[in-house]
Amino acid sequence: MSEQKKDNSGHWDVIIAPRSKVVPLDLRSVWRYRDLIWMFFMRDFITFYKQTVLGPLWYLIQPTLTALTYYIVFGKIANISTNGLPPLLFYMSGIVLWTYFSNCLTNNSEVFSKNAALFGKVYFPRLVVPVSISLSGLVALAIQFCLLLVITLGFIVADDQVTLHSQILLALPFIVIYVAVLGMGVGLIVSALTVRFRDLAYATGFATQLWMYATPVVYPYSQIPERYQWFFHMNPMTAPVETLRSAMFGVPGIDWTIWVSNCIIMIMLLLAGLILFTRAETNAMDTI
Amino acid sequence: MSSTDVVISAEHISKQYRLGVINHGTLYRDLQSWWARWRGIPDPNASVTEYLGHEQCPARIVGDRFQALDDVSFEVNRGEIIGIIGRNGAGKSTLLKVISRITAPTSGRICLKGRVASLLEVGTGFHQELTGRENVYLNGAILGMTRREVASKFDEIVAFAEIGDFIDTPVKRYSSGMYVRLAFSVAAHLESEILLVDEVLAVGDINFQKKCLGRMQEIGKHGRTVLFVSHNISAVKQMCSKSLLIHDGKTVRVGPTSEVISDYIKHFNESHPAVYTRDPETKRGSATIMRVAVCNSEGTLTDHVELTEEFVVEVEYILAEPLSGLSVGLQIIMEDGLLTVISLSDPELVPERMKTRQPGHYKASVRIPNHILNTGRYQVRSGISSRFTIYDVVENVVFDVVDNKGIVQILGRDRKDSLLSLQLPWAVEHLSR
Repeated sequence: MSEQKKDNSGHWDVIIAPRSKVVPLDLRSVWRYRDLIWMFFMRDFITFYKQTVLGPLWYLIQPTLTALTYYIVFGKIANISTNGLPPLLFYMSGIVLWTYFSNCLTNNSEVFSKNAALFGKVYFPRLVVPVSISLSGLVALAIQFCLLLVITLGFIVADDQVTLHSQILLALPFIVIYVAVLGMGVGLIVSALTVRFRDLAYATGFATQLWMYATPVVYPYSQIPERYQWFFHMNPMTAPVETLRSAMFGVPGIDWTIWVSNCIIMIMLLLAGLILFTRAETNAMDTI
Repeated sequence: MSSTDVVISAEHISKQYRLGVINHGTLYRDLQSWWARWRGIPDPNASVTEYLGHEQCPARIVGDRFQALDDVSFEVNRGEIIGIIGRNGAGKSTLLKVISRITAPTSGRICLKGRVASLLEVGTGFHQELTGRENVYLNGAILGMTRREVASKFDEIVAFAEIGDFIDTPVKRYSSGMYVRLAFSVAAHLESEILLVDEVLAVGDINFQKKCLGRMQEIGKHGRTVLFVSHNISAVKQMCSKSLLIHDGKTVRVGPTSEVISDYIKHFNESHPAVYTRDPETKRGSATIMRVAVCNSEGTLTDHVELTEEFVVEVEYILAEPLSGLSVGLQIIMEDGLLTVISLSDPELVPERMKTRQPGHYKASVRIPNHILNTGRYQVRSGISSRFTIYDVVENVVFDVVDNKGIVQILGRDRKDSLLSLQLPWAVEHLSR
């Protein structure tokens, strides 16, 4: 009997202990809950398309109108170069990628506040939610990218000296994964901070807006004076936006050093996000 | 052999919540407080109201912390169904939250063997727009089942829930009964070795409640372990062989259910008035019960009522936001845990119940006719709930039914052991001489 008990004590499946300073990142349990990631994705997908007819259409209207606005403001009035590309394609390609990034970021920053009811009642690895959010955003990205392709083909048919390069097929998956991970990483940092400081949530949208103007979305990197170029090494969204254009339309690309420094910063942001998030998740329910 | 091995081992777990000024929830106020402290003036955000809420148990406040759980230790063997009982705020729900990993303990540790599924609420994560089928898969995944597990049990789940053809209808069109049945059914088919259940049986109709209790007993027979938190002493009595009594965050007693329940009753008998009043500062959530009182037929507060006179139970509550589908529930429970009377202010199927009630202070009172309850000690338990949510529950308003007129009792004799003391229409005829 005592033999039995001793034997058991070594084989606990779960040990719940107080929160320590260093929380091990439990990616294996996230993988075990992969079905839940899929179910959350399906939930978002189904509810979005069930509720509104205009929903999917909105995905097409929004980037088109934004691109037209930029075309008028930055192209016609401010006369900013578009690297020799037709302005509509230039803005649209930037907007499509940026929209995905900002969706990942803002949705992820609301993880704790939006899911408080769920998190307060049942345990699952909280990282499941950010991952599913990044996946859900892919649907809109796919729709908008198809729109971009259609418009590009339109320009090609009209023979506007536009070419579509096949290397985009290789570059796109990499760019999308990079942006998804970056958006999740920054979103996790914000969501962990909003557990403590709820008013940060209001600043997120504004900060994202500012960040866009610090990224070559409405202007090309080639226009940047050399003494400011260090800044774009620090901005991890520079490389994906620029590379999307250069891979797709064959316009001159960026230096590989930007990719290196951008990747380093992206990984640092991701790690910071994961650490802050896992630290926040164990006790978040006591403060929200 | 396998029936004696320990699957849950809680060792000295404590959980403290911080009170007061530690966190204001906004960066702005944090900065304001730092600035004030730096200049040496009183903190404009210092809060004293949080302390008031726990006035009734000052022993549980340590410095600026509230001791929700204090050195709780217990062991649970495989296949046991354990009832956890205790008063409101005793720490029962905190204990379940710690075991189900929703919140971390402050000290101590819990070791678990096998998968844990917690059912702290019925239908967690159900989405109104999705169909029953989609929700079963979603809810199953949230509770930790894989898609394949749900698929293999799907027919069983639907059959148990008695949903039938409605499975492909969005759940927003379900009646509350269907909704609850489907939600419980998913949880009841979890393959987890340990199931944590909190108060969920308070919803649903009586037949389904019985079915759920039966299902939980069955789960226990299959070598799986159930921890069952409930206010419903008769359910605990019926299901659990062993129970755990928590009082003020401490385990008062672990042992056979009948002994633990009589301990529990002793506990609340000592310290409870016939009126409950909540401190306005501790108002919480969207609906809060502020006062529960027992009044005699003249309308004055009392701790005992005459068997021959009707009496009134008053429930005052505050709504912080407009709510629909509200109902006040009343239970009158006998000393030994037997539920004698249950009544809803707005029955489930009455259409008026769906009307939205605006925020404000409300009073619901119910007249209990004379000659219903036999003499003895009773406690009132009252809750406010909508179709799926229990907003607030107040209990342990204790009163006695006495018989000074000698209707059912000859003075000086023991109480006759009956539930009712109905004054029935007897006919006495003189048949012959």
